[in-house]
Amino acid sequence: MLKIKNLHASIDGTDILKGIDLEVKPGEVHAIMGPNGSGKSTLSAVIAGREDYEISQGSIEFVGEDIMDLSPEERAHMGLFLSFQYPVEIPGVSVTNFLKTAINESRKGRGLEAMPAKDMLKAMREKMAMLEMDKSFMSRSINEGFSGGEKKRNEIFQMAMLEPKLAILDETDSGLDIDALRIVANGVNKLRSKDNAIVVITHYQRLLDHIIPDKVHVLFNGKIVKSGDKSLALELESKGYDWIKEEITA
Amino acid sequence: MDILEKVTNSDYKYGFYTKIDSDKAPKGLNEDIIRFISAKKEEPEWMLEWRLDAFRQWQKMEEPNWAHVKYQKPDYQDISYYSAPKKKKSLDSLDEVDPELLKTFEKLGISLDEQKRLTGVAVDVVVDSVSVKTTFREKLAEMGIIFCAISDAVKEYPELVKKYIGTVVPKGDNFFAALNSAVFTDGSFCYIPKGVKCPMELSTYFRINEAGTGQFERTLLIADEGSYVSYLEGCTAPMRDENQLHAAVVELVALDDAEIKYSTVQNWYPGNKEGKGGVFNFVTKRGICERNAKISWTQVETGSAVTWKYPSCILKGDNSIGEFYSVAVTNNYQQADTGTKMIHLGRNTKSTIISKGICAGNSEGSYRGLVKIGPRAQNARNFSECDSLLMGNACGSHTFPYIEIKNKSAKVEHEATTSKIGEDQLFYCNQRGIPTEEAIALIVNGYCKDVLNQLPMEFAVEAQKLLEVSLEGSVG
Ligand SMILES: Nc1ncnc2c1ncn2[C@@H]1O[C@H](COP(=O)(O)OP(=O)(O)OP(=O)(O)O)[C@@H](O)[C@H]1O
Ligand SMILES: [Mg+2]
Repeated sequence: MLKIKNLHASIDGTDILKGIDLEVKPGEVHAIMGPNGSGKSTLSAVIAGREDYEISQGSIEFVGEDIMDLSPEERAHMGLFLSFQYPVEIPGVSVTNFLKTAINESRKGRGLEAMPAKDMLKAMREKMAMLEMDKSFMSRSINEGFSGGEKKRNEIFQMAMLEPKLAILDETDSGLDIDALRIVANGVNKLRSKDNAIVVITHYQRLLDHIIPDKVHVLFNGKIVKSGDKSLALELESKGYDWIKEEITA
Repeated sequence: MDILEKVTNSDYKYGFYTKIDSDKAPKGLNEDIIRFISAKKEEPEWMLEWRLDAFRQWQKMEEPNWAHVKYQKPDYQDISYYSAPKKKKSLDSLDEVDPELLKTFEKLGISLDEQKRLTGVAVDVVVDSVSVKTTFREKLAEMGIIFCAISDAVKEYPELVKKYIGTVVPKGDNFFAALNSAVFTDGSFCYIPKGVKCPMELSTYFRINEAGTGQFERTLLIADEGSYVSYLEGCTAPMRDENQLHAAVVELVALDDAEIKYSTVQNWYPGNKEGKGGVFNFVTKRGICERNAKISWTQVETGSAVTWKYPSCILKGDNSIGEFYSVAVTNNYQQADTGTKMIHLGRNTKSTIISKGICAGNSEGSYRGLVKIGPRAQNARNFSECDSLLMGNACGSHTFPYIEIKNKSAKVEHEATTSKIGEDQLFYCNQRGIPTEEAIALIVNGYCKDVLNQLPMEFAVEAQKLLEVSLEGSVG
């Protein structure tokens, strides 16, 4: 599904990613943890194709294709989805209109006809119900005036509508209250299948209680310094990152 | 020819009339030319006198200068002020039309028949627009609504024209209004009788005898007591015109309890990417509201090389309401100086101004607005919101809100923002599969939503597409 080799990325002359290797197979859930500023969001932005970063070395393959030269929208059309740590507000553009455009552009990118409005509305209602979102969100400007938790829930709503092959969830749990966390996690779990994969970026075990990862990676200072199974997350939760820092420097 | 001779003979000085082709006035402007125009239009004496008076005032005026608008001032003696309405050269098929123009039509979603009409291709009889127009006119006539060319109105409804023309925009109001008053030849006249709600949008498109857009159009719209009308001007299809200078005047009269909604989409040729060619659009639009009356101006301006216009409302009657909703897009080397004036004279008068400027390329956009509260305007209210959206670094946007308050009870609120389409917004859209061009269209439409919502439905849809086309290639 996703194969990253020796990825180096910098911005404005500062090296942020310093040799990342990561392979995610269909059906897997990976968790990426790591201290603030270690490069988690940068990694997700680079995978999604944000152009501000300079990539000096390495490669990214997605569904067996080298995507390094593809635009963000082309990657999206292939089935890549990023749930943003800080979703962006677009005043005056309703959630419905935004999603309609996103879905139809993605379909166009894949050579499909636009989705009939009726089907789209039906799907939207279903997914909103699944995520226990109020219908009033459909006509609100996207993310404008949304609370932190509402923004995150809206990201997962979009993911549910777009049905990606690979979803990267960048701190989707932060800002969610306990009930919302469960609802959102259930939503994510419903979208899991043997054909798609999920990368969750998080600081907390509580999300991983709901979305159980196959692998856990620790990103530190632009590198994956440790990988393990779900028990690694529990260990981090109780011990913090210091012991890892010591391990590296030792 | 008879009338022409009769009218012109007395002042016949230079003898050029014998030489000219009767369908076109020679270049230049003087009293004889005005007599010629008036004669051609078979106008009554008072109309000619009115024109001459305007001309005399114009001669004493100077063309205004604006800080943020630069253009080569036209040579007013090098323009022909009259030519008989010509039929466009009829083409046999769309294959003969400039392919660039057709591409734009396609993007705007203009139907094939409509494309043919606009480019002067003979239309097959299948969809006969004439019959649509006829039923339309019959229906209006039944209700007593008058909707015709201004030149016909001068002849057929002289009392109405005489009573109202120049009452909202006086002849000598400004340089361009004076010029228009002297030489106007085209435009619409509309009268809605007392208590009548006009059941359909009146659009210049449906006015019979419409022969392209005039250079000096004059529109006079009167909504009698308790009546309502929604009027559409312009169209989204790109308008090419040989005339570089356009100086229109629009006068609206809303009598007691009447409401006028006036919507404009302006898409004249803006010149090429280097800023060559393009229409200079200097318009004076103003409405007067009597007691409890309401006028709203909504405009989407994407065309012209230089635009100068301030649709205004004189809120004369108590409790009257003025509204101005505007989207002005400038791209490449376009320049726009637009805004509004809200003159509060009556008590409890209210005005709302929503102006959305969008600048791309090397363009310059200015908002210039005046809110004036007269001494008698007890409890007047105004709310203004003037936003600018910049695309790229080479364009400029300026906001000049002028406020004059002569009554202490007034409440005037002004908000202004300048924003850029953010990289973050674009990346967010891109990530969801929306390519940059479409993302810009989406963001821009969102930004203009409050204004587009004011337009009649079909017009709004067209206007949205128009915004997309106007901003194509403006980023990245
Ligand atoms: N334009 C820039 N110039 C220099 N440094 C930058 C720039 N943008 C980001 N960085 C730095 O890159 C590092 C990685 O940032 P990133 O957002 O990827 O961290 P993160 O692991 O997602 O952190 P968090 O857990 O706080 O979300 C940070 O130290 C950040 O300050
Ligand atoms: Mg982050």
